[in-house]
Amino acid sequence: MSAPVAVRMAPTSRVGMAGFAFGLAIVGLVVAAALVGNALVPQDPFTQDLGNRLKPPFWMAGSQPEHPLGTDQLGRDYLARLVYGGRISLLIGIMTVITSGLIGITLGVLGGFFGGRVDDAVLFAITTRLSIPVVLVALAVVGLLGSGLVLVVATLGLLLWDRFAVVARATTMQVRTLDYVSAAWCAGASTPHLLIKEILPNIASHLAVVATLEIALAILLEAALSFLGLGVPPPLPSWGLMIAEGKDYMFFSPWVIMIPGVALFILVLGINLVGDGLRSLLGTERLA
Amino acid sequence: MLRLIIRRLALGLLVAFTVMTLAFLLTRLSGDLAISIAGPQATQADVEIVRKAYGLDRPLTIQFFDWVGRAMIGDFGQSFFFRESVANLIAKRLPTTITLGLVGLSLALIVSIPLGILAALRENTWIDRAVTMLTMVGQAVPSFWFALILMIVLGLHLGILPISGTGTWQHFVMPGIVLAFTAIPALTRLTRSGMIEAMASDYIRTARAKGLSRVRIVFKHALRNAAIPVVSIAAVQLGFMLGGSIVIETVFALHGVGYLGWESIAKNDFPVVQAVVLVLATIYIGLTLLADILNALLDPRLRTG
Repeated sequence: MSAPVAVRMAPTSRVGMAGFAFGLAIVGLVVAAALVGNALVPQDPFTQDLGNRLKPPFWMAGSQPEHPLGTDQLGRDYLARLVYGGRISLLIGIMTVITSGLIGITLGVLGGFFGGRVDDAVLFAITTRLSIPVVLVALAVVGLLGSGLVLVVATLGLLLWDRFAVVARATTMQVRTLDYVSAAWCAGASTPHLLIKEILPNIASHLAVVATLEIALAILLEAALSFLGLGVPPPLPSWGLMIAEGKDYMFFSPWVIMIPGVALFILVLGINLVGDGLRSLLGTERLA
Repeated sequence: MLRLIIRRLALGLLVAFTVMTLAFLLTRLSGDLAISIAGPQATQADVEIVRKAYGLDRPLTIQFFDWVGRAMIGDFGQSFFFRESVANLIAKRLPTTITLGLVGLSLALIVSIPLGILAALRENTWIDRAVTMLTMVGQAVPSFWFALILMIVLGLHLGILPISGTGTWQHFVMPGIVLAFTAIPALTRLTRSGMIEAMASDYIRTARAKGLSRVRIVFKHALRNAAIPVVSIAAVQLGFMLGGSIVIETVFALHGVGYLGWESIAKNDFPVVQAVVLVLATIYIGLTLLADILNALLDPRLRTG
């Protein structure tokens, strides 16, 4: 019964497509590095070597061939830590978005579908959520409960669902009135069927765009939390934590913050380019 | 109009009350506060003394309503670490954060409004794409990392600005730039889309048909209408910026409310944490309320809501 909604192919510029391809390439590269990278990098990201502290990367004088990106303040191989850190950033980004997506989409679809009191409650929840300072509250939770991967994901997931809810609500309101939903309703479909089989598949493209952009946001926030010392616990490498640990040495060895910072920038840019490309490909420009 | 204001005000109060509840629950997450206040070396007897002294032996609901009741009249209790009233602490730090927010917002508007107009007037040319690309790049730069780079370049190599601390106006320059940087992408995109929409509207066609000059059309007719969403988002953005200033204040050791929040989290100083969350949320709620009212004043179509 669920007729596929005609996906309007938006006229996309060649530049936009190039950005999309570039973004996909970056994300693909980071994902590949996260999956198999540490098998390819001979060094271990945790082994300390205090005799070889703060060795510079390959393009600077005094670098060592076995440490292409140099070593950190404890002599740990920077490339190995970078690759391992990328895995953690991606993991946190994806897990956070799964959590926040579940919350936000549920709230948004319910509000948009039922309207009335339910919608008022959903809108109120969104308004309240937006007035809460995210970084401060996330820091407070992690500060009180102790740092850890699961806690960071849970905290960010509980805080970042607003955009999902806003978009799911708006798109559900649009789709709800379309003929195929009415047809399914007349045919006696139950409410859960309507929500899951009729509404959800037809707002999925909008949600995919939001999910992509939210992964980037979650990665940036995790980096900020780790940078402030309340994110991923050491000695786990996270790009934010690497920048924090390098901060004390940055005036003499600027590359210790340049390398993880550039990696973070490129990954987030890549994900955003993919999200933007998806948005114009799927023709969801107006809502997401 | 009055009905709209009253309705928004009631909503704002309800949101504030919810945030209060959440802030209260937040600081109780860790389980027994008395143990964390007394510290790791404390004996069981010490913990009991602390529990009595801070009123933590009372039932949670009593503690909650006590806190809410006092917070309503601006009494947030005593800080555990600073031995000072929380209200005083925040009042002393608030001007720094608000100054930072206003500097950041002004810089952001100075950059993003001309950029947005430029992109809109040259829609789909390379200028437009360059501006869009610039906003994408800006969105991807981690603010704390950008802050460190500014410290290295402006503070260390050029030596023209202090690297961190509070005190003179120079201390606000780098944090202001970083904060502005976080808001520029969104504001630029918004100005661009508002301007594109305005330029495509009937009244612009009329103005063109009347033979008005392009400058007059752009600045007098289109910009005024495009400014409506920008003005209201700017207010909301300021709220976001104040909330997000915690990272920037911490990096630059700028002693504002955000830095206070960070210090207090690190020291388990829960009355301060609670109050900072509440104050930042209240400012945000106030600013969105202001934005709604401003919007209704600028655009009579919204007054019936």
